[in-house]
Amino acid sequence: MLSDIVETTAIDADGVRLETLPAFGRLNFRGRAGAVAAMSEAFGLALPEASCRAAIAGSRAALWLGPDEWLLLMLPTETDAVIAAAASALAGLPHSLVDISERQYALGLSGRLAATVLAGGNPLDFDLSTFPVGMCTRTIMGKAELAIWRTEPDRFHIEVWRSFAPYIRGFLREHMREFGA
Amino acid sequence: MPDSLAPNLSVAAVNEPFRTRSGGRIDRAKPLSFSFDGQTYSGVAGDTLASALLAHGVHLMGRSFKYHRPRGVMTAGSDEPNALVTVSRDAGRTAPNLRATQVELYEGLSAISQNRFPSLQFDVGGINDHFAALLPAGFYYKTFMWPRSFWDRVYEPVIRASAGLGKVPTAPDPDRYLQRNAHCEVLVIGAGPAGLTAALAAAESGLRVILCDEQSELGGSLLADTTSMIAGKPARVWLTETLAELATFSNVTLLPRTTGFGYYPHNHVGLVERVTDHLASPDSAQPRERMWQVRAKEVVLATGAFERPLTFPENDRPGIMLADAATTFVNRYGVKPGKRAVIAAANDSGYRAALALAEAGVEIAMIADLRRNPSGSGYDAARRAGLSIETGKTIAGTSGKMRVDGASIASVGEDGKVWNTQDIGCDLLLMAGGWTPTLHLYSQSLSKLKWDDAIQAYVPGAVAASQALRAAGAASGAYGLDAALSTGFKAGAEAAVAAGGDGVTTRVFVTISAEADASTFLGAMPHNRDANRVRAFVDFQNDSTAKDLKLAVREGFRSVEHAKRYTTTGMATDQGKTSNMPMLGVMAQAQGKTIPEIGFTTFRPPFTPTTFGNFAGAARGDLFDPIRRTAIHHWAEGQGAVFEDVGQWKRARYFPRQGEDMHAAVARECKAVRSALGIFDASTLGKIEVVGPDAAEFMNRMYINPWTKLGVGRCRYGVMLREDGFVYDDGVVGRIAEDRFHVTTTTGGAASVLNMMEDYLQTEWPGLNVWLTSATEQWAVIALQGPKAREVLAPFVEGIDLSPAAFPHMAIAEGRICGVKTRLFRVSFTGELGFEINVPPSAARRVWEALYAEGRKHSITPYGTETMHVLRAEKGFIIVGQETDGTATPDDVGLTWAIGKAKKDFVGKRSLARPGMTDPKRKQLVGLLSVDNRTVLEEGAQIVADPKQPKPMTVLGHVTSSYMSAALGHPIALALVEAGRSRMGETLQVLVPGKGSVAVKLVSPVFYDAEGASLDAV
Repeated sequence: MLSDIVETTAIDADGVRLETLPAFGRLNFRGRAGAVAAMSEAFGLALPEASCRAAIAGSRAALWLGPDEWLLLMLPTETDAVIAAAASALAGLPHSLVDISERQYALGLSGRLAATVLAGGNPLDFDLSTFPVGMCTRTIMGKAELAIWRTEPDRFHIEVWRSFAPYIRGFLREHMREFGA
Repeated sequence: MPDSLAPNLSVAAVNEPFRTRSGGRIDRAKPLSFSFDGQTYSGVAGDTLASALLAHGVHLMGRSFKYHRPRGVMTAGSDEPNALVTVSRDAGRTAPNLRATQVELYEGLSAISQNRFPSLQFDVGGINDHFAALLPAGFYYKTFMWPRSFWDRVYEPVIRASAGLGKVPTAPDPDRYLQRNAHCEVLVIGAGPAGLTAALAAAESGLRVILCDEQSELGGSLLADTTSMIAGKPARVWLTETLAELATFSNVTLLPRTTGFGYYPHNHVGLVERVTDHLASPDSAQPRERMWQVRAKEVVLATGAFERPLTFPENDRPGIMLADAATTFVNRYGVKPGKRAVIAAANDSGYRAALALAEAGVEIAMIADLRRNPSGSGYDAARRAGLSIETGKTIAGTSGKMRVDGASIASVGEDGKVWNTQDIGCDLLLMAGGWTPTLHLYSQSLSKLKWDDAIQAYVPGAVAASQALRAAGAASGAYGLDAALSTGFKAGAEAAVAAGGDGVTTRVFVTISAEADASTFLGAMPHNRDANRVRAFVDFQNDSTAKDLKLAVREGFRSVEHAKRYTTTGMATDQGKTSNMPMLGVMAQAQGKTIPEIGFTTFRPPFTPTTFGNFAGAARGDLFDPIRRTAIHHWAEGQGAVFEDVGQWKRARYFPRQGEDMHAAVARECKAVRSALGIFDASTLGKIEVVGPDAAEFMNRMYINPWTKLGVGRCRYGVMLREDGFVYDDGVVGRIAEDRFHVTTTTGGAASVLNMMEDYLQTEWPGLNVWLTSATEQWAVIALQGPKAREVLAPFVEGIDLSPAAFPHMAIAEGRICGVKTRLFRVSFTGELGFEINVPPSAARRVWEALYAEGRKHSITPYGTETMHVLRAEKGFIIVGQETDGTATPDDVGLTWAIGKAKKDFVGKRSLARPGMTDPKRKQLVGLLSVDNRTVLEEGAQIVADPKQPKPMTVLGHVTSSYMSAALGHPIALALVEAGRSRMGETLQVLVPGKGSVAVKLVSPVFYDAEGASLDAV
């Protein structure tokens, strides 16, 4: 259970909220052009070609993490079916599909001060003009890696590796204290 | 004035004899109480510590660094060299070396002076002043040369005890510090008239603007300007309206109490915001300070100018201050810095100060102008006011002990000849030496400074590549209110356009204000006294004088960088804000050169002293570094495990029972594994999933082993080298499918191995169809080791036949355990029958507890890393980083068997063929047995043939691992020994520092079950 390693209760402050998001199925997809098209087909969602952009369809999302790398998010119950569908759709096409559902977990940071809190440990410019809704990137928070995806103007989906979750949670909480956390 | 304020007014007037009756930006209706050196004083809201003390006539605020001379406040800002104090809230909240001119007063503030013993009035160290002749420039380098033995016991302790100013607190700092990254198109540093108009212009463009200023209020020189008119309004009113206008822009961030302290490449600028230091009761939710790391497209430096002191004999007595500081104390803080003033003027700021002081009721004894024919609005106004003005006058000296009580004023001719000295009594002596543009940040950006002869100052030159900045107002050498407003607006508008904004409407700011004046005097002022006896201070904080600088020049220190270090001029905590230009002046005089020929010294961050807390930010305590814990961590904690740090991970080291020490616990754990069953958390092992049609080919290239023929469902122990042929990492690799390998790495090597693989893949073999995915945290790993392992495991496993024939040693299979997916390895790092059960971390605790419950039938024993180390050492298995140290080849550690001989290439292969790598005399892995059968050797100990040989001894090798073996009943050790494999059976000596040596016999590194019978225990 997640609670074996990290508290999961939400942290509230004036203008910003940190919460643990529900479990996701996660696949790391790597491959070249032909495989990308086939994977899009199998996943039911065109994997974004533009760098640092995410696409959503229904319960599924695909986050561009690198020129040949995508993080695929889905309901946990869908993972096996997606793996099976990919196996037939991608037969003969060089690619890598690895289940990383348990490798990381998701935090939600929301509210008008969410970007301000992120700026406590990350040097990116979170202005909407430079980090628009739909943008995602692997980056850092303090001394740990994470991926940040802006799903709404004032809402971020954060992916962190399991064992770094307590650090990230503590780091964000420290930066929420002045707002009442 | 409302009647209700009258009582407070009278209180202030009675208690604070030097407080003016009205005016200034203080709130006389809000009295505050504070203490300085234990004595209680009153002040009012809006005061600084310096202004509040001056309101009581207290000038003496510190003792100087070297001579312990009494010193008073000299400036009203961040350039203050003398009035350094320690402010304490409690033992952990004690800040030394704060400038009293920047410490905002709050109720209950407690400050003490520094560098004095026992008190500021009577200071034992003051005796240094009488021995000044023995403490010349560079005395540090001259005096303590001999005898050599005195250095450690006498000189250094004495120097350390007498050096330094405030004391560093020793209690932990309970305050919090945060950092914040910020981005803007235009960053304006300095919120005086130039900075304000720069921000206005940039704000209109709609771009993001940050305006910061080190003072408690934005406004800069306008805060003390009671005479100028801007756009038909008093400066004070214009300031209020301008700040209100800026506040209406949502794209503008206003940051008072925020110092731009460092300018780094690519317009990365460090600001420090003092969030709570000015509050009587800070909210613990607020950080004490916040470091803003700003990435700005364009920067406008509106940092103003510092006034120059004048270099005349005894220019350092309390009561001698900069002219503009006196203006500020009167106009902004409502404080008279004295009763009777003499003003030494080389610039019109002297007249401005004289007029402000006279207005407040201070008697102006004389304005002694160094210039022969001063003119201009300041001069005219002073004449009209009937002030006593003498021209062509120098200051030949001053008198007074704890406070200046007189100035010797003399006439000076065009030729520098001095005559007609006249002593005038005064308790305040002002220095108006002209102005120095504040270009610390400009210079820190590596942009050039250039000399401007007209204003006798360095001004901004070429901007450094990769930086985008400009200066405005006095910082750019454009003096006067008119120029500040117009150059500021222009700079802000230009910066906005350069940052991609639209042009803005031009604004003209019509002012009625004092004429700009760039007059100055640099160098030692002429006098008619013995130049070898008088001291005219250049650097007040480090106590260096014109005489010291001249001596340095005589002794050959021509370069300003050398003379600076030799005399320590400009090297104090104020970084020479008041001393740099006077130093250049004196050096130029002494060498008969011009100032640009002398050059200038380098400006370095921080602009003003900056706390370490700022740089640490949130990185302290639990947030110092990520602490990684496994899914089994809390279970182990519940069992009383002792943890050790392995990289960022916490790993259970051993599980002591009541009364057990580590050795007893480890012996018990070892026995349990060998005799029945142990359970071990191996989750931290690195895991990399290597997938793609070229996976086997990639593995062939990265590892020394052959992989092509490894069957699906089988494992192999893999060894990876660096390009130099030395062992880099190892681990078991399982083949899940033709195109899929499950690679494990050491715990500490996980990230670097993945990086190295990715590096080769991207730079050397981009054509390979293979991809790498870290799976370290996708799987928790439960190691079940011991003769009973299969029996306990079997009931929980579905879909895998665990029989020895179907699932032999080094097999891997996917199936289910306790209803969840597993990748099950049959591997052994202990030499016993063993399984490593990979399960999703979310289910790991449940699986672990199920196995543990079942294992209770066989006394299942949880064991930690220490037992794991002993068990593997008994089997002669190496640990990378323990048996290897970055200089061990596979052959050195007995792994030649692992090399795929038929492979064309692998990383490190070519290096292994070099002669030095195949030398039979290389150190090789061996086992060691203590001849006395008792002594557990020291890891790291040196191994020699003859411990009695003369030093330096010929060292044959060293002990790499050493343990008491519970299974064997005697100590065992692994070692790297020169030509070790050819020395089997020899006896060598292991050195024990201070105790001689221990005889050891060289044996095979496999101590236990060499045949491997235990692996297949039934």
